[in-house]
Amino acid sequence: MPTGPSTAPATAPALSRAALLRAYRQMKTIREFEERLHVEIQTGEIPGFTHLYSGQEAVAVGVCELLSDADYIVSTHRGHGHCIAKGCDVIGMMKEIYGRRDGLCKGKGGSMHIADFDKGMLGANAIVGGGPPIAVGAAIACRNRGDGTVSVAFGGDGSANQGTVFEAMNMAVVLQVPTLFVFENNGYSEHTGADYAVGSKDIAGRARGFGMPAETCDGADFFDVYATMGRLVERARQGGGPATLEPRITRFFGHFEGDPQLYRAKGEVQQQRQTMDCLVRFRDRVTQEGWLETAELDLIDAEVLSLIDTAVVAAKAAAPPPEADLLTDVYAAY
Amino acid sequence: MAQKSMRDAINDALHLEMARDPSIIVLGEDVSGGAGGTSGEREASGGIFGVTKGLLPKFGDRRVIDTPISESAIMGAAAGAALAGLRPVAELMFADFVGVSLDQIFNQMAKFRYMFGGKARCPAVVRLAMGAGMNMGAQHSQTIYALLTAVPGLKVVVPSNAYDAKGLMITALRGDDPVMFFEHKALYPRKSEVPDGAYTIPFGEAALVREGEHVTVVAIARMVPFAEKVIDALAKEGITCDLIDPRTTSPLDEDTILESVESTGRLVVIDESNPRCSVASDIAGMVAAKGFHSLKAPVQIITAPHTPVPFARELERAYVPSPARIEAAIRAVLKD
Repeated sequence: MPTGPSTAPATAPALSRAALLRAYRQMKTIREFEERLHVEIQTGEIPGFTHLYSGQEAVAVGVCELLSDADYIVSTHRGHGHCIAKGCDVIGMMKEIYGRRDGLCKGKGGSMHIADFDKGMLGANAIVGGGPPIAVGAAIACRNRGDGTVSVAFGGDGSANQGTVFEAMNMAVVLQVPTLFVFENNGYSEHTGADYAVGSKDIAGRARGFGMPAETCDGADFFDVYATMGRLVERARQGGGPATLEPRITRFFGHFEGDPQLYRAKGEVQQQRQTMDCLVRFRDRVTQEGWLETAELDLIDAEVLSLIDTAVVAAKAAAPPPEADLLTDVYAAY
Repeated sequence: MAQKSMRDAINDALHLEMARDPSIIVLGEDVSGGAGGTSGEREASGGIFGVTKGLLPKFGDRRVIDTPISESAIMGAAAGAALAGLRPVAELMFADFVGVSLDQIFNQMAKFRYMFGGKARCPAVVRLAMGAGMNMGAQHSQTIYALLTAVPGLKVVVPSNAYDAKGLMITALRGDDPVMFFEHKALYPRKSEVPDGAYTIPFGEAALVREGEHVTVVAIARMVPFAEKVIDALAKEGITCDLIDPRTTSPLDEDTILESVESTGRLVVIDESNPRCSVASDIAGMVAAKGFHSLKAPVQIITAPHTPVPFARELERAYVPSPARIEAAIRAVLKD
């Protein structure tokens, strides 16, 4: 028997045609951004460590379509999808990942540290479990302003095992602040299976133990994410306090680019790409229901591909930061 | 003698000592990898840098333990296992993750022996991969050994080459105090002559990597090969330097540094960390306090700037002390 408060019977806002088109565009943009990075990384032009979000798009978009720029999110090392879903400029992101001066963080952050405060994106984070306490702080600000805004802490199944996360969840309940914890359970904490590393195999159940409602959903189904998260967000906006969502999902690439993924069965990703592709499932649903036409989705596909191409070309051509930038944005008098 | 990388030399030390001492266990995230995976491959990783490869097949999963991503629990479990008679080697993956787990390191394992009146032993070895140079950004690139060097009760190791790393690791595994073993990521592939068998290198004993008469250069970890290059080039001009690699920052071999400064009268300290409260400033302060009358010129300190580690290649290159800066410092200290 689940314990803790039940979910209030709030519902997600209904999706208009424009909203459906926008959601598809966002998911497609994330997918193509990541698939293109997977190719471009082979050229050696992209510095550092990159963790791709392909396969999980319906979670980022299903959640962020419920938010406005005034709501906050914190993200993870696998953060590109959350950034795009929250409205970060795709060209600015690409430039950041290439380490360019006019990237979103002036080339100082990189793939794991993209932030955009105008969009309520409080930063990707290279420390597993680093984000949720920050989301609680942002939610205190939301609560005190009394404007119905919320914060969302994205994390993975791996982060569900961090003490910082437990502390954040308990504090959110104690303070009754509007933080939504989203644990994207993609089955792997780096190179270790979630079924091994999450002792109870039930992240949502743990969250209930802290005294907040928690739900699971199909992370490859945009509509399930949107509806389930919609109830939790509405509840939080109305002063109902924190809640947790555990979308079950997979990632189409390794932990980081270059990961040989020896821990995954042969053919697993290929099979999941066939059965758990949120874009295919979205297309099937909206065309079968007669909500959208195939042709308008195809048009979005073409526009997205063109945008990603523009972003890559712009990022490659952009200037690196000048050496003097090393000493800006910090008190560096030594 | 075989040429081995620093990665393989540390791996060697772990294999040899685990075979010798059944109380040694290894724990951390993905130290073998693959637990709970769908391939059935139980050594899918061998550590993210491959340092713990081969340990699981040889010693089994009661001694080679994959943990959840729970750094506080990893550090605390190492402290507890050590109190209870085991010798844990706990991998923190990136040294930056000290931030997540600092209490268990500096309030717990560091304090036990003293705080419990000498009745406790806490022989835990914590392995931390550190350093800039791979564009891993502000939270995966720091060299934060100064932070832990400042804590009484901890020993801090900063090897610059494969030979030293193996001998220092074996010393760590045979000692009774907690040891913070910092491994510079950029040095993992660096090869040197490494004997196959076990040997130890005592803590608090610096290596005199080059001998010279004009300047004493003290360098730490990756800064040692940088300094070697510069010093060898300057030798062709007739400028010769002592190059001292402290190898451990706690305990610190003050005598070797002071004796060298007594003969050269000039000191350059090179440290990849930020300048304030750094090991470089600590060494400079020590020489000012104990070797002031030997000095013929102000000490030159070469460090990274007082900034987080930047991501872009151009900025990170400017962040890390370069051979050019080291050369300029050596020339500058000779001017006075």
